[in-house]
Amino acid sequence: MTRISCDECSRADVLRAVAGRGLPAIEPGMPTPAGTGLTRRNFVARSLGLALSVYGVGRLNLFEEGIAAAATGPQSPILVTVFLQGGADALSMLYPEGDPLYRTFRSQLAVSGGTPFAEDPRLSWNPALSPFAQLHGEGKVTVMPAIGYDHPDQSHFTSRHFWEVGATNASLLSGWMGRYLDAVGTLDNPLQGLSLTGSLQPTLATARVPVAAIDGPDQYGFWVPGVWGEVETRMLDAIGALGRVPTHDPALSSATSVTAHADRLRRQLKPFASSGTVVPAVPYPTGDSFPKQLQGLAAMIAAGLPLRCVALEGAGQYDTHAGQATALTPALTTTAASLFAFQRDLEARGVADRVLTLVWTEFGRRAKENGGGTDHGAAGAAFLIGTRAAGTQVGEFPGLSTGLDADGNVRATSDFRGVYASLLEQWLDFDASRVIPGVAKFSRPHLVK
Amino acid sequence: MGVPVYQGQFDVLHAERLLWRAGFGPRPGEAEALAKLGLARAVHSLLHPGNERLVGPAPHDAKGHPLAPADAWGHDHCWWLDRMVRTSRPLVERMTLVWHDWFATSNSGVGDQKLMLHQNDLFRRHGLGSFEQLLVDVTRDPAMLVWLNGTQNTKDAPNENYAREMMELFTLGADRGAYTERDVREQARALTGFTNRWKPGKGVYDFHFDSTRHDTGTKRVFHKAGRFDWHGACKLCLEQPQHASFFVRKLWSYFIPTPPGGATETALERLYRNGYEVRPVVQAILQHPALYDGPRMVKPPIVHLAGLLRRLDAGITTTDWAWIGQLSGQQLFYPPNVAGWDDSRWLDTATYRGRWIGVQRILDERKLDPGHPPAHQPGDASGVLDKALAFWKKPPLTAGTHAALLQFAQTAIADAGKAQWKRQQYPILVENALRQLIAVSPDMQTS
Repeated sequence: MTRISCDECSRADVLRAVAGRGLPAIEPGMPTPAGTGLTRRNFVARSLGLALSVYGVGRLNLFEEGIAAAATGPQSPILVTVFLQGGADALSMLYPEGDPLYRTFRSQLAVSGGTPFAEDPRLSWNPALSPFAQLHGEGKVTVMPAIGYDHPDQSHFTSRHFWEVGATNASLLSGWMGRYLDAVGTLDNPLQGLSLTGSLQPTLATARVPVAAIDGPDQYGFWVPGVWGEVETRMLDAIGALGRVPTHDPALSSATSVTAHADRLRRQLKPFASSGTVVPAVPYPTGDSFPKQLQGLAAMIAAGLPLRCVALEGAGQYDTHAGQATALTPALTTTAASLFAFQRDLEARGVADRVLTLVWTEFGRRAKENGGGTDHGAAGAAFLIGTRAAGTQVGEFPGLSTGLDADGNVRATSDFRGVYASLLEQWLDFDASRVIPGVAKFSRPHLVK
Repeated sequence: MGVPVYQGQFDVLHAERLLWRAGFGPRPGEAEALAKLGLARAVHSLLHPGNERLVGPAPHDAKGHPLAPADAWGHDHCWWLDRMVRTSRPLVERMTLVWHDWFATSNSGVGDQKLMLHQNDLFRRHGLGSFEQLLVDVTRDPAMLVWLNGTQNTKDAPNENYAREMMELFTLGADRGAYTERDVREQARALTGFTNRWKPGKGVYDFHFDSTRHDTGTKRVFHKAGRFDWHGACKLCLEQPQHASFFVRKLWSYFIPTPPGGATETALERLYRNGYEVRPVVQAILQHPALYDGPRMVKPPIVHLAGLLRRLDAGITTTDWAWIGQLSGQQLFYPPNVAGWDDSRWLDTATYRGRWIGVQRILDERKLDPGHPPAHQPGDASGVLDKALAFWKKPPLTAGTHAALLQFAQTAIADAGKAQWKRQQYPILVENALRQLIAVSPDMQTS
C-alpha cells in the first residue's frame, strides 16, 4: 500500500475528471506529493488496511462512532437520483421508430438499430441504453416516456429548479428530498443526504438538518504539513470547535455550519479513510467520474452507512443544440453501463432491495431537429431502476401527430410531482403532502412492488 | 434622489472589507493605505487604477517552467490566478471575474484555451466600460459563438441557444414576464449569420458574419417588428424596459449580499440608463452603506485563495491550483454551466475540503520544522497563536474564533506534559496547525 494523503486522493480525482473530458492527463507540471517514503501516515494506513482485510468491508460499521450513531436502520430504504444535465432527448432514448412522423422530424438525427420496447411497439431502446433494456426485461425498470408538467418552462434553470424543489414554484428554496430529510433526518448525520458530485445538489437543500457533498467516500481526509500525533488529533477536534462558534451573521453562520458538518462527516467516513477501501463487486466502466461515484456509493451502502437520499449527475451533458449525433451516444452509453454495473454491484452485495434509482432530466427536446441538433422541448423521459421498481410504464408516449403542444414539443403524460409523491409514499413510507405542495392534484402511479 | 453613500467612519477594517469585495483582499499595508484616503478617494482609486503593474515574482510550474495558458491543461486557471494575486488593478480583475460568471462560457464546450483567453481579454478591456459594447462584443466573440452554437444558427436551421440565454441570463432574467417563447424564436432568427471554418489540427477559426446565412425577413420581438440582425437583437434587449432592473440587481449581488431596496434600485437604474456605463454603477455600489454596515459575504473560492497568496506576497510556483480550484468549486474557464457559478452555494462539505487543501498547499512550502525550532520560538499558547496570526498579517478574527483557536493551542501544548522533546516540538506543530485553522476559519472564508 502506498502512502495515503489528500494530495494523492485529489490527484486521482482530477485525473479521473480530466479523463472524463477526454483531455490529456495533466502529468506535466504536477509535483510529486510532498513527503514520499515511509511515514507515520503510511504506518497507520497499513494498519487500517490490515484491519480491513480481516474484517472485510461489510463489517466496517464495527469501527466507528459515526456508524454507531447511525440514525437509519440497516433496512431503511435509500433513494438515489441521477440528473441528466441539459435536457436529454427523450425521442432518442426511447425513439418512436413506429411513428410515421419520426423520420420527417428527425431526418438527420433519427436513431436506429435498437431493440423494441416491450410495453409499446411504437418505441425502441437506443442501442446505447441496451443495459436499461436488459434490466427492463428483468422487471427492474419503470419507464416514464413523457414526463413533465403543465405549462412547461423551456429555461434549463427554471425547469431544473421545478424538478429540484418538487413544485412549479420559482421561489421555493429547499429541495424536495431536502424537505423529506428535514422531516425525518437528524442533526448529527450529514450522510443522510449525500451529493456525490463534488458539490451540493439542490434537490438535497435542507432548511434544518445537515447534508453532505463529497467526491468519493475515500476522499475525505484532512491533514496539514508539519502536524501529527496528538497535536493532529487536537487539530481535527478544533475543526469541530470552529464549527460551534456562535454568530448571528448569515454568511459566518453558513461557514460555521459547513465547518461543523465537515467535522462530523470526516468522522462518519473514517472507515474509508485509506485507499483500497472501495472494492466493487463487479466491473464498472472506466474513464469517467460517474461510475467511480457509483462504486463508492455501493460500497457505502454495503458498509451500512446511514444514507437516505443520494444525488448524482449522469455522465456527459445533454444540451444537444448541435452535434447531437456524436455527443449523445457516448453520454448515454457511459451513463447506462454505469447504472447497470451499480445495479449488479448492489445485487452481488445483497443490498439491492434497499435501493431505488430515479434517472431524470429537466425537459426533453423539440420534436423537430434544428439541423444537427435539437432545441429545448417539454416532456422528457425518466427511469426508475431497482429490484423493487414495479417495472410497468407510467404514462405513455403521446405520439408525434397529436401529442405535440403549440410549440412543437412533446406533451407530458405523467407529472413529476405525482412520481415524487409515489416515491415518498410507496418507497420511503412518508406522507407526501408534507413534502410536495398541492399533492392532492396529482395521481400517484404505482411505482414500487 | 441619488444613491445613498456611506457616511460613517472609514477605517482599516472597512478598507479591508472593500478590498475583499472589490478585489482579492489586501496585500500587506494596502488596507492601511486605502483607509487613509477616505471612502470616496479609496473607491476612486480602485475605479481609476492607471496602467497595470504586476507585483512580485513571475509565475511558473513546479519545474520552474513558464506557464502555457493557451495550451496546457490547468495553466489557464493558474495564469489568471497569478494575475489576481499580482495585479495593481484588483477591481479590473474582479470585474473580469464578474463578467466571466455573467456571460459564463466553459472551455468544456469550447475546447480551445486560446479562444477562452481571447474572451477573457474582452472582459478585462470592458470590465468597467460600456455594457452595450460588452454585449455586442460578447455576441460576436468566438468562444461564445462556439459555446452557444452561434455559428450553427442559420436562416434555414435556426438554433435558439444563444437567443434564449442572452435574454434569460445576460440581459432580462427568467420568470419576470420579460420575453416569450416566441421572442426566443424571433431573436434566434435575428441572430443568424455567424459562421466559422474548421480544419483538423487547427480547430475552429475565421469567425465572421456571412450575410447569405442570415435571415433577412421581418421579425417580431417584444411587440416590435423589423428586419433585425444581431446588432438589433442586442439593442432590443438593452432597450427592453426590464433590462435595467435586471442589470442593476445582478451587478449589485456580486458585491453586497442583501437586496438593494426600492429607492437605491431606482437610483441605480437611473444611473445605468444614462449610457449603459458600468463604472458609475459600480462606484455607487462600492460607496453604499450596505457594503460597510451590512452582513458578511462568503468569498468565492478563487477570491479566498488569491487573497491568502496576496497576504503572503506569494507567487504561483505550481499548477496544482487548477485541480484545487476544481475541488473547491471554482475552476476558472470551467463554470458549471451557462448560468455561471451558484454564488449562493459556495460552501458545502466537499468545497470546504477543497479550500482546506488549497491552504494546505500554500503551507506545504512554508511549514515549520519541529526538528529545527527557530530562535525565540514561544512555548505558550497565546504566544504561538500571535505568531500564527502574524504569519497571515494579523487578519481580524471574531472573539469566538480567537477563543476556539486559543483553546486548541492550550490543550495541545498541555498534552506535551513533562516530556522534554514534546515540550520543544509541540508548540511548532501547533503553530503549523494554527496557520491552517486560521486560513480556513469561518472568519477568513467570509468578508
